Amino acid sequence: MTPALETVGLHKRFGALVVANDINFRLEPGARHALIGPNGAGKTTFINLITGRLPPSAGRVFLGGRDVTVLPQAARVRRGLGRTFQINTLFRGLSVLENVALAVAEREGRGGDIFRSAGSRRGVLEEAYALLQRLQFAEDALTRVQELPYGKQRLVEIAIALGLQPSVLLLDEPAAGVPSAESATIIAMIEQLPPDIAVLIIEHDMELVFRFARRITVLVQGRILVEGTPAEIAADARVREVYLGERQHG
Amino acid sequence: MSPVDTLIRRHRLRAVELLPWIIAVGAFFAFGDYLPLGSQILIMILFALSLDLILGYAGIVTLGHSAFFGVGAYAAGIYAVRVSGEPLSGLLIGGIAAAAVGWTSGMVILRTQGLALLMLTLAVTALLAEAANKASFVTGGADGLQGVDIAPIFGVFRFDLFGRTAYVYCLVVLFLSWLVARHLVHSSFGQSLIGIRENVARMHAVGSPVRRRLLAVYTMAAALAGVAGALLAQTTQFVGLTVLGFQRSGEIVIMLVFGGVGRLYGAFVGATLYMIAQDQLAKMDPEFWYFWIGLLLVLLVMFARGGILGLLDRMVRR
Repeated sequence: MTPALETVGLHKRFGALVVANDINFRLEPGARHALIGPNGAGKTTFINLITGRLPPSAGRVFLGGRDVTVLPQAARVRRGLGRTFQINTLFRGLSVLENVALAVAEREGRGGDIFRSAGSRRGVLEEAYALLQRLQFAEDALTRVQELPYGKQRLVEIAIALGLQPSVLLLDEPAAGVPSAESATIIAMIEQLPPDIAVLIIEHDMELVFRFARRITVLVQGRILVEGTPAEIAADARVREVYLGERQHG
Repeated sequence: MSPVDTLIRRHRLRAVELLPWIIAVGAFFAFGDYLPLGSQILIMILFALSLDLILGYAGIVTLGHSAFFGVGAYAAGIYAVRVSGEPLSGLLIGGIAAAAVGWTSGMVILRTQGLALLMLTLAVTALLAEAANKASFVTGGADGLQGVDIAPIFGVFRFDLFGRTAYVYCLVVLFLSWLVARHLVHSSFGQSLIGIRENVARMHAVGSPVRRRLLAVYTMAAALAGVAGALLAQTTQFVGLTVLGFQRSGEIVIMLVFGGVGRLYGAFVGATLYMIAQDQLAKMDPEFWYFWIGLLLVLLVMFARGGILGLLDRMVRR
């Protein structure tokens, strides 16, 4: 089967510093895959290489079997690549519904509509609202994002990405900064993601990772250390060394 | 009412949006002696409105918007001197020339952001001002463009000494431009501009062709500014180098900030009050009137973020 996302020999260096070293990675359709690794392992760089925020020094990126290495960010998004951000990257002054509607409009190719009247936005807004209802987020539809508590803002991150109806969804530390009491709603939303979306999650919360992921890739110093099922990873001596070693130093 | 209806309803024309037009028509009959000032105000409203599209909606911070105003003024002026005094085609020429400069310069400078972009907008204006100064064989250079003679509109309505025709002409052009601008900001395109202003990284991440959108609105705003400049050239029958000056670029930002940025009507309130204040203060205090404008701006920025309309908003909500 064609992988939803694949990288071949992906390489990135900043001067002498190699932050991504020959990364060969496959994300199967419908996957629930986690990317873990100590701080500075190059996880966010890897995400930026996949999304096109950064150009790779070498290697290729395939989306649904098509080479997207030279495509700009927006073109990759239109080919089904959705993402969330580790640090909230939202339209803070707009309502939740408008946040999602902007994504829906772009997906439908309506974002540049100049000549149609404002009333023609109804279809886009209806779809965005239906998504919020599915996510049980409808009561906040008209609340401005900046007025929402932080935990709910994290949910808007995911809602916007879902408005794109992605085939591949990259979740960059979705529960980052959220107190554990509030993280339950985020975990619930992640667990209810449509099964046909291939999800790659970057997360430090190991409980969340082992609960959610069916495969785990461990990244250390820009290199894939090991990949396997949660059970294999939990039993892997090298992984333990990386994490335990880190803990001893910390 | 569903949230969707609430949002759609926000796009509908409200009665209060007709207020500027009622006032403008009323002013025509009430202040017959002030119609030349009235025309100037209408022109500055149009100029400020065009700035609001890029500064207020798309969040492009510019101190070089006079470039397009000036190009429009010179294009319309030179067209009248060299080709034809017919006003409507002159207006069109002014708009197209400014749009062309907007598109060309936008292609280059919209790759940058923040301070770099601000500097580049200044630089474009400086380049054009110097070019207009040097090319005195067509622009008249420092003496200004003389001999701008405008034929009657539709061959019927002559530009009279009292500025009646000019006022109505400016008002009609402003009204049509407002219709366009209003449609624009309420369209999906306009919403995406707000998205770019609010968070450009996220707009990239939802697949929006950000640069293309910015270039589109930059070009359209340039066209409207060019039309405003053309109106000035035609109604005053003169074009001086000041149309391209830094001062005009700065003043128009001040007018917009006075009224309120990103709300379409800030241009109406800000330009009107600024022009009237300038007129009155210059009469009362011919030497230091600019000081009072500055003081007013300081107070407004400190105590009324969002300009006069922002202030009104907060008072209504209370």
